[in-house]
Amino acid sequence: MNRSIAYLRPACRYRAVSLAVFLTVACGGAADSPVVNIYSTRHYGAMELMYAGFTAETGIEVRVSHGNMHALLERLRAEGEHTVADAFLAVDAGGLWLAANDGLLQSVESAVLEQNIPENLRDPENRFFALSQRVRSIAYVPGRVDPSEISTYEALTDRKWRGRLCLRPSTNVYTQSLVASLIAAHGEARAEEIVRGWVANEPEYIDSDTRILETIAAGGCDAGITNHYYLGRLLKANPDFPVKMLWANQDGRGVHRNVSGIGVTAAAAHRENAIKLIEWLSGPAGQAGDDSGLPGSNLEFPVNPDVDPHPIIAAFGPWTADPMPLAEYGRYQADAVKLMERAGYR
Amino acid sequence: MELSSSLSTVRARRATAARRLLWSTLPVMVAAMVVVPMVLLVARLLHPTGEVWAQLWGTILPEMIRNTLLLMLGVAVITLALGSGLAWLVTAYRFPGSRIFDWALILPLAVPTYVMGFVYMATFDFAGPVQTTLRAWFGADIALPNIRSGGGAILVMGLTLYPYVYFLARAAFREQSSSTFDAARAMGYTRLQTFFRLVLPLARPSLVAGVTLALLEAMTDFATVRFFNFRTMSEGIVHVWQGMMNRDAAIELSALFLFFALTIVIVERLLRGRARYYQPGRRTRQITRVTLVGWRKWAATATCTAIFGAAFLLPAARLVSWTVGDLSNVATANVLKTVYLGYVVRTFALAATAAVIAVLIALILAQGTRMNTGRFGRAATRLATMGYALPGAVIAAGVLITVAIIDRTVMSASESLFGINPGLLLTGSIVGLLYAYVVRFMAVAYNSVESSMVKVTPNMEEAARTLGATPGRVMWRVHLPLIKVGMAAGAALVFVDVMKELPATILLAPFGMETLSMWTYMLAAESLWESAALPSLTIVIVGLIPVMLLMRVGRMATPGGNQ
Repeated sequence: MNRSIAYLRPACRYRAVSLAVFLTVACGGAADSPVVNIYSTRHYGAMELMYAGFTAETGIEVRVSHGNMHALLERLRAEGEHTVADAFLAVDAGGLWLAANDGLLQSVESAVLEQNIPENLRDPENRFFALSQRVRSIAYVPGRVDPSEISTYEALTDRKWRGRLCLRPSTNVYTQSLVASLIAAHGEARAEEIVRGWVANEPEYIDSDTRILETIAAGGCDAGITNHYYLGRLLKANPDFPVKMLWANQDGRGVHRNVSGIGVTAAAAHRENAIKLIEWLSGPAGQAGDDSGLPGSNLEFPVNPDVDPHPIIAAFGPWTADPMPLAEYGRYQADAVKLMERAGYR
Repeated sequence: MELSSSLSTVRARRATAARRLLWSTLPVMVAAMVVVPMVLLVARLLHPTGEVWAQLWGTILPEMIRNTLLLMLGVAVITLALGSGLAWLVTAYRFPGSRIFDWALILPLAVPTYVMGFVYMATFDFAGPVQTTLRAWFGADIALPNIRSGGGAILVMGLTLYPYVYFLARAAFREQSSSTFDAARAMGYTRLQTFFRLVLPLARPSLVAGVTLALLEAMTDFATVRFFNFRTMSEGIVHVWQGMMNRDAAIELSALFLFFALTIVIVERLLRGRARYYQPGRRTRQITRVTLVGWRKWAATATCTAIFGAAFLLPAARLVSWTVGDLSNVATANVLKTVYLGYVVRTFALAATAAVIAVLIALILAQGTRMNTGRFGRAATRLATMGYALPGAVIAAGVLITVAIIDRTVMSASESLFGINPGLLLTGSIVGLLYAYVVRFMAVAYNSVESSMVKVTPNMEEAARTLGATPGRVMWRVHLPLIKVGMAAGAALVFVDVMKELPATILLAPFGMETLSMWTYMLAAESLWESAALPSLTIVIVGLIPVMLLMRVGRMATPGGNQ
C-alpha cells in the first residue's frame, strides 16, 4: 500500500551535501527497484491512484515532481542530458510542443500507442502523445441567453454582449491557446479584430474558470468562455447548478480543443519504463471515464476512441473539434500573447 | 624573558593581522556568493532584445509602472499608518484587550499574501457570500465596489504586510526611555504631540526599515496582484517570461525592476541617514501606559478588533471552515492522512535550515561592515541584500545558471583528473534551493541583525577592545548577548518567508521535496479553494510558532516588558 503512493517515497538524491535533517526526512525509497520519474504539470484528479494501479500491474514505481510548466521546462533545459526526469506530463499542447521543439523530448515508436491514440492527437514525430481532451467553449444560463445567439467565439464580439461577458485574463495558458487557434484559423489581423471586439464589450476578467461559472450563475455576467470540465466538477457537486455549456463553432471549423499529454525526455534513463507507463495510460485502465482513469478523474474526454467519457460530460452532447494540429498551439502562443497586449485584452 | 615577551608580541601582532585579513575578506567572499547569481543575470543584458521592449513600451509597460508605483504608495501609507498607529496604541495605552492585541496584532505576518488574496476574492467578489447576501437584502441592482481591482490588491497587501512595521515600531517604542518622553510632556506637549514630534522621529530607522520590507515584498509579489487583475512589473516579468517565452526580455525587465528596488533601498538609507539614536545611560523604564476611559477605550478596542479581524480572524475562519468541509470527504481525508505529515516536516526542515544559514551569513556580513569601513566591503554587503528586491523566479533563474556553471566545472575537472563523471551535483539538489532562499531573504536576516547591532554603542566596543579583547571575543561576549534578539527575530522572519515562498521553490525544489506552499498554489491555481485550505492553514499555524517565539524573546529582552 505504502509503496504505491508516489508521494511517500520522495527520491533519495541529495548527493551533494549530507544535510542530516533532510536525509532522514526525505529519503527512504529503495534505490534499485524499477522506477519512472515524471515532471508533471498536472496536479488534479486522482493521479496517485492511477499510478498505484500501474505499479500494481508492472512493479514499476512512479515518482512525480510537480511544478508549473515553465518552471519544469526551465529545469529540463538546465539539467540537459543529466536530467532525472524520464517523462514530461503537461496540461497544454503548447507546452508539449515547446518541450519537443527545444529538443527535450524524444521520438517513441510504439504500436500500442499508435493503436490507442488517433493520429491527430499525437505529435507527427511521435515526441508527445495526448492522454485526455478538454474543450474550451461558451457557458451561459438558459433563459437569460438564447444559445443560438452565441454559437461562435466570433459572435461574442457583437455589441449586445457589452458588459455581459466573463473572460479569463491573457496570462492564462488556456486563453493563450484559444487565441492561438483564432490566429491559425483567421490569420493574425482578423484574430486581432475579434479580440478587440471582445475587449470593446468590456468583459469582467476573472482568473479562474470555476469563478467565471459561479459568477455567471450568480448573475454577474450572462456568458463566458471556460473549459468544459470545470462545469463538470460543479455539476458533480451540485446537479442543479444552473449553467449550461454549448459547443462553439459547430457549423464551422469546430470547437477549441486542447489536450493534456506526455512525452519521453530526450535523456530518459528509464526510457522503457516511461514508454510502458504511457502505453498503460493510453489503454483501457488509464483512459477510464470514471474516477479511476486519467480523463475520467478530471471529467475530461478520453483520447482512446474505445473508451466512453464520464456520464456527466457525455450529457453535454457530441462535438466536432477544430482540426488545428497540436503542434500549432505552441507555435502561435507567443504571438497570441502579443496580440492580446496590443488589443488591450487584460 | 624579554625575548619571549617580544616573541609573543610578534605572535600577537601576526594573529591580529591574520584576523584583520580574515574579517576584511570573509564578508566580501560571502557577499560575492550571494551576489554572483544576480551578476550572472545582469550579464545577460549584454544581448538586448529590442523587439520585445518596443512592444512592451507601446502596450503594457506604462500601465505596469504606474500600477507598481500606486501599489508602493498605497502599501507604504497603509502599513505605516496601521503599523505605527497600532504599535503606539498598545505601547502607550491600556484598554480592554490591549494585552492580547499587543501580540495578536502581529499574527497576520503568518498569513501569506496570496492566501489572503484568494480568501478575500472568494469572500468579497460578485459570486462570494458577502455580495450575494447584500443582493438578497437590497435587490440585485445594488452597486458594490469591485474587489478585483487595484484597490483590492492594495488593501489585501496592506493588511498582510503592516506587521513588519508594527513589530519593528513596537520594539522601537519600547526601547525609548520614559525620561525623554516625560521631559517633552513636562514642556507642555500633549501625548499626541509628543508622539508625532518625538516618538515617531526617534523610531524613524525602525519605521523606515519596516516599510521597506513591506514595500519590497509588495513589489516582488506576482501571485496576489494577478488575482486582482492588477498588473505590476513583477507580474510583467513572469508574464514576459512565461507568456511570451522570452527569458532574456524578462531578465531585462528585471533589471529595470532592480532600478526601482535600488531607489527604495537608497531612499531608505537617506531617510535613516546618519541618524543613530542611542538612548543615553541605562534604559530606566518604559513610557508609562495611560489607561483609556470612556468612549476612547472602546474606540481603541474596536479599532484593534476590526484590523485583527480583517487581517487574521477572517482568513483564518474561512480557511478552517473550508478545511472542515474538505475533510468531511472520506476519500480526500484518506489521501491527506498519508501525505500530510511529510509536507509539514519537509517544509519545516527546509525553512529552519535556510533560516539558520541566512542568519549566520548575515552575522558575518554585519560584523564585516562594522569592522571595516572600506567602501568596497560595504558596497558588497549592500549588493548582497538586494535579493529581497527581486522576484523569486528571477533569483531562481540566476541560481540555476550559477549552479550549472559550478556543476560543469566540477564535472570536467573530475573527468580529467579521475576519469569519473559525478553527474550534476548541485542542479536539482537541495543546495540550489537553499542557495536561492539565502539570496532572496538575506536582507531580512541582515536588517534584523544589523539593526540590533546598532544597539551596541561604539563606546561599548571601544571599551572592550581597549581592555584587550580580540574582535572575535568582542563579538562573542559583547555583541552576541546584545544582538541575540535581533538574530532570533531575523531567523524567525526568514523561516516564515521561506515557508511562504513560491516561485523559487517551484523552480528549484528537488524530486520529492514538495512543500506546503507548492501544494497550496497548485490547488488554488485550479480554484480548488476548499482543498487549498488545509495546506494554507498549516502554513499559517506553523508560521505562528516563530512569530510567537519572536514575541516572547522580544518581551524577555525588553526591561519591564514581561510584567
